Amino acid sequence: MSDKFLEIKNVSKIYRIGGLLGQTKIAAVDNVNLALERGKPQVLSIVGESGSGKTTLARMLLHLIQPTHGEILIDGMQTGGQLNGAQLKAFRRRAQPIFQNPFESFSSRKTVDTYLFETARNILGAQTQAAANRAVDEALVNVGLSAERVVGRYPNQFSGGELQRISVARAMIPRPELIVADEPVSMIDASMRMNVVNLFKKLRDEFKVTILYITHDLSTAYYVSDQIAIMYRGSIVESGPSAKVLKTPSHPYTELLLDSVAKIGEKWNEVVRLPDLETKEYGYKGCKFAGRCAYAREVCRQAKPPIVTLDGQSQVHCFKPVDYQHPAPAGGS
Amino acid sequence: MIRVRNVCLHYQTVQGTVKAVENVSFDIFDGEILGIAGESGCGKSTLMKGIYGNVEAPLALTQGSIEMEIEQVGERQVIPSTQFHRYWWEHISYIPQASMSVLNPVVRIQDQFFDSYLRADVRALGKQQLQGRIAEYLRELELPVEVLHSYPHQLSGGMRQRVIVALATFVHPRFVLADEPTTALDVVVQRGILTMLVNLQRQLQNTFILVSHDMGVHYQITDRMVIMYAGQVVEIAPTAILFERPRHPYTQLLINSLPRLGDDTQRFGIGGRPPSLLAPPPGCRFAARCHLADDQCRQVQPPLVEVAPGHFSACLKHEWVTEIPLVGERETT
Ligand SMILES: Nc1ncnc2c1ncn2[C@@H]1O[C@H](COP(=O)(O)OP(=O)(O)OP(=O)(O)O)[C@@H](O)[C@H]1O
Ligand SMILES: Nc1ncnc2c1ncn2[C@@H]1O[C@H](COP(=O)(O)OP(=O)(O)O)[C@@H](O)[C@H]1O
Ligand code: SF4
Ligand code: SF4
Ligand SMILES: [Mg+2]
Ligand SMILES: [Mg+2]
Repeated sequence: MSDKFLEIKNVSKIYRIGGLLGQTKIAAVDNVNLALERGKPQVLSIVGESGSGKTTLARMLLHLIQPTHGEILIDGMQTGGQLNGAQLKAFRRRAQPIFQNPFESFSSRKTVDTYLFETARNILGAQTQAAANRAVDEALVNVGLSAERVVGRYPNQFSGGELQRISVARAMIPRPELIVADEPVSMIDASMRMNVVNLFKKLRDEFKVTILYITHDLSTAYYVSDQIAIMYRGSIVESGPSAKVLKTPSHPYTELLLDSVAKIGEKWNEVVRLPDLETKEYGYKGCKFAGRCAYAREVCRQAKPPIVTLDGQSQVHCFKPVDYQHPAPAGGS
Repeated sequence: MIRVRNVCLHYQTVQGTVKAVENVSFDIFDGEILGIAGESGCGKSTLMKGIYGNVEAPLALTQGSIEMEIEQVGERQVIPSTQFHRYWWEHISYIPQASMSVLNPVVRIQDQFFDSYLRADVRALGKQQLQGRIAEYLRELELPVEVLHSYPHQLSGGMRQRVIVALATFVHPRFVLADEPTTALDVVVQRGILTMLVNLQRQLQNTFILVSHDMGVHYQITDRMVIMYAGQVVEIAPTAILFERPRHPYTQLLINSLPRLGDDTQRFGIGGRPPSLLAPPPGCRFAARCHLADDQCRQVQPPLVEVAPGHFSACLKHEWVTEIPLVGERETT
């Protein structure tokens, strides 16, 4: 068996979008590599602006959509397209999702506990009602709720934050190896956010769960993650140990992100440049950040930036650390 | 200004009455940026619905009043919230939470502008001129004019939100309410949108009410803050003072729970959970989670009192808050 539990190699997802600009192709995820090791539970944060491909990447990892190019391996085995029903069920027990919009993860016509009990019975495999009740109640208590407050109510009777905590609770019921959490805290208040990210730490340390934490909250990403990957327009532009990447950023986009955080105790001064229509940037031939980058030079617009490894730890896709030298065409990008 | 007096906003549900907002009073001054924060489910969005005068079953204003004072043709007029709908868009506009739903998915952005502005003098401009004005306004806000011909789904979340801000401020309303306008967005776009809102506010000298979970955002842009807990207002203060010396234990714990970039200390969310709004406890609603609570707190409802000029706290022990350090570690789950 491979030492990698889940691995993606040179994965891309191309979408064709019609509309005002005619048919365009965009690489929502562009040639991304990522491996999650077995027995080495960690929190890996994926940070990037909206539309950078985080959700698309998460959905591919969860086998909800298939990549256009590249491969996804489970336990070192290529999954080759669709998993069959039994394989998918086994995979679901090991990898649980938490989605971005809680209002979309629950149907407005079902009470939310339906989902919790379904997960307890079908995915965890609880045999009796008592066992299912116990699993559901425990999961709810872990996120600061209780069965008494949740059972029998419909999604529109909860606030956004409450609903998201229920999604976290649901994902935890089967005790998975991997939780892919797509912006799980974006609708939750600051103190409850800490409860959720501390919960992730606890799951990692006590239950050996690897957490893929997709977020744009850099403060909690810094706080909770071991590794971090910064995405921009479908590519991972910088990745490595989170303390290194966030304390000494190397990619100009990472710098911009860090400058934009609404910090307490230090006010913003200059103005920021907002992105143009995203679809335009997807079409850029060279570095997709070139239009907004203060350090851009001609070569950045012409060629794909090289992957540079810094201090043997972090990787950055940028011409700047190599003095804008065009690398030899060999070597992947 | 807007006067909120003894307001109760209740939802009727099969389980009983959810007292989402209970006996809330405060003023919103002209020309200020007022921030509202509080745990998820504490009633912020419900209060915003009340202030916008958009109270529909199962929600009802069961007690108190909300009034807007505006100047019209040189005369000051006091308008009750039941009449606010006549002033929507032109005097008061609202950017709701999950505001994707504001935009009609099958209507191009330009037509959404046309549909929203039915006011006679705006209509009288004629379509062509109005189109020109809208385009000009978008350019002012540094939005690409192409968006006018797009459908909402063709725009990224950040671009959609910028369009909604443009739509909500097009005829310069006196009051702009925004409920989590940037939560779904990354920090760079968030900063851009907030800067855009602040610049507009400075230019128009109008009043801006912002609900956000991001305390950093409040620190950056608000003048004054209202902190809510379990349906009630527990603290009101000028923003800088609130961060420097909170006078309510909930606010203190909230500020203390915030992780900071580059700071590795373990942080904790506030342990426990808020009381059910179906049957809130008799005394202070925060008592079960408060490190200063005693028997008196559990029996007496603390009134909101002015503890320093412009600084209000609903805590019986407001003098001791921040004097007594937070002891030990708080519960993590
Ligand atoms: N339509 C509804 N019917 C019944 N209860 C509701 C309804 N909408 C909200 N509630 C309840 O009212 C309370 C306040 O909800 P509200 O949406 O105002 O919270 P909020 O402070 O905006 O939270 P968040 O920060 O999570 O958005 C919550 O307990 C919620 O469950
Ligand atoms: N089903 C789809 N069809 C067409 N385009 C899509 C689809 N899903 C995502 N996209 C596009 O792919 C890009 C990346 O989207 P997404 O993965 O949702 O980003 P993120 O989660 O980082 O915000 C966006 O430009 C988005 O509009
Ligand atoms: S490759 Fe060039 S344009 Fe791209 S981030 Fe690096 S310096 Fe900027
Ligand atoms: S009144 Fe008592 S319980 Fe309530 S916040 Fe103050 S000290 Fe805590
Ligand atoms: Mg997403
Ligand atoms: Mg809300």
